[in-house]
Amino acid sequence: MNATETERATAPGVRLGQVSFVWRPWIAGVTLLLAAASFLVFCLSIAVGDFPIALPRVIATLLGGGEQVDAFVVMDLRMPRALAGLVVGIALGVSGAITQSVARNPLASPDVLGITGGAGTVAVFLVTVSGGTAAAVVSTLGLSAAALAGGLTTGLLVYFLAWRRGIDGFRLILIGISVSAVMEALTTWLLVSADIRDVARAQAWLVGSLDNRSWDEVGIAFWCVLVLVVVVACVAFQFKPMHLGDDVAAGLGVRYTRVRAVLLLCAVLLAAAAVSAAGPVPFVALVAPQVAMRLARCPTPPMAASGLVGALLLTGSDLVARTALPFTLPVGVVTAAVGGPFLVYLLVRANLR
Amino acid sequence: MAVQHITTIDSAAGGVSRLAARGVTVGYGGRTVIDGLDVSIPPGLVTTIIGPNGCGKSTLLRTLTRLLKPAGGTVVLDGEDISRLRTRDVAKRLGLLPQAPVAPEGLTVADLVARGRHPHQSWLRQWSSDDASVVERALAMTGVLDLADRPVDSLSGGQRQRVWISMTLAQGTDLLLLDEPTTYLDLAHAIDVLDLVDDLHESGRTVVMVLHDLNLATRYSDHLVVMRAGAILAQGHPREVVTEELLYEAFGLRAKVIDDPVGDRPLIVPIGRAHVRLDRGPHA
Repeated sequence: MNATETERATAPGVRLGQVSFVWRPWIAGVTLLLAAASFLVFCLSIAVGDFPIALPRVIATLLGGGEQVDAFVVMDLRMPRALAGLVVGIALGVSGAITQSVARNPLASPDVLGITGGAGTVAVFLVTVSGGTAAAVVSTLGLSAAALAGGLTTGLLVYFLAWRRGIDGFRLILIGISVSAVMEALTTWLLVSADIRDVARAQAWLVGSLDNRSWDEVGIAFWCVLVLVVVVACVAFQFKPMHLGDDVAAGLGVRYTRVRAVLLLCAVLLAAAAVSAAGPVPFVALVAPQVAMRLARCPTPPMAASGLVGALLLTGSDLVARTALPFTLPVGVVTAAVGGPFLVYLLVRANLR
Repeated sequence: MAVQHITTIDSAAGGVSRLAARGVTVGYGGRTVIDGLDVSIPPGLVTTIIGPNGCGKSTLLRTLTRLLKPAGGTVVLDGEDISRLRTRDVAKRLGLLPQAPVAPEGLTVADLVARGRHPHQSWLRQWSSDDASVVERALAMTGVLDLADRPVDSLSGGQRQRVWISMTLAQGTDLLLLDEPTTYLDLAHAIDVLDLVDDLHESGRTVVMVLHDLNLATRYSDHLVVMRAGAILAQGHPREVVTEELLYEAFGLRAKVIDDPVGDRPLIVPIGRAHVRLDRGPHA
């Protein structure tokens, strides 16, 4: 590695062969720390349980060594849950960073864009409406996949309704909020008119949870999120000037309509993948980018750090939900308990300015 | 609507125009703002587009910078149809500062100006020593080198505009188009920014801008393009163009045009209604 010394006014650059980028030690350090912390919580999440396994043995097993018994508990029983936390957290964090950057508004999140609302409505519909078609859909698709389809459809509906010679941030948020409100009204109506036993099942799904994850569900979400994160990383460079507004970006040679369309589509797909794996976990997508911005001291939501904060928040909340309290809570309750006050803090701060 | 076609001039300073509009028609959602307009930007000069509100000044500038796609006609950059060039390649030849741009809260001056290098960068090559020295020069030329580490939103309006011009300079183009660079600035800061524009001109760049203030436009430009109702009413050196008749025709403004006591350009004194000595008005 050859760190080139540059003039003092600009950030120093780093060159590795043909590759060069700006060297920002603080952001790199924070991102690395977040990654380490996420991995630690991920391992802790595997270690803790009815049959506790010491951390070094968890790590040994993850690396392919360890004992047979450990391998079974780690890989088959606990890994899906821990991995789901990581994957869903990253998906929600990155999705939130994209929507907030595109809308140039810290209150934009996939929750606002109707994805979670649409998924919730479909899931509740399938749970509460007994009868031929609904039962057939659930048995063939599975509840998660059906909810995923619902979230995706709603997200795309909002996207196309908001399209008018390109995507405008405010228009997107307004239409997203309207569509979400309709979906929530539908969900409430379904819950009110349904059988009480179905309502309990539907409620459990609506809160968002990592309980009883199987490798099948987590595997699909993992590969989806991996591919999407790679796409986002590729497009992120073209997105950088867009923080300065459409006209400036266009002047700098960015085809902003196309870049924005690709990124928003990624955000919708990421949020949908997260919902399919854990239900509509609230507030992670809203809070993670804002926390990442403040930790990394960035003026705009940093993509990588936002994903890692999301992962940390979700796996951490799940760990707290399982261990610190005398009764087991779904993870969505804990993330909401952290996220809710933070949203209030953001709103009050914006009010005072 | 009668459209006035003006034969394109090949620059008062000699040489061939690099940027021109040929019979462009532009509108927003069915409403035509500019109808079949021709204009050539003389190279190496400061050209200012003036005209009453809603006459299509900014629309023309945005069309010249490919931000607006004309419904008819072409914009020609270096002999090629601008709409057929890759937008990235256009960005390497033509710098653009839109009206009242906003930087994200907390973004530093150095980071904003560095963004001007975007057209020269790629995913793999995001920052080179070349970029660093160009940005350094752009900061120095606009006098904001000392502010490099400050957040843009902590600066005064005039400093902020210098920083944005610095970003456009970092793009490394000889052709700069500025849409109302003095908007929201008080007179002292407006003069400060226009002196900087003059520095850019002195260093050999071609500048096109839209200004509202007629006296500033007259003082700081070599070439005025006067527009009314989407067409060009007159164009040329301020000394030839700025007359009492033209001001009345273009703006419906009654004014006296006198010699500038400090400059070699005409000075416009609007008459209006209040506190005017009746014996001094032209139609009194």
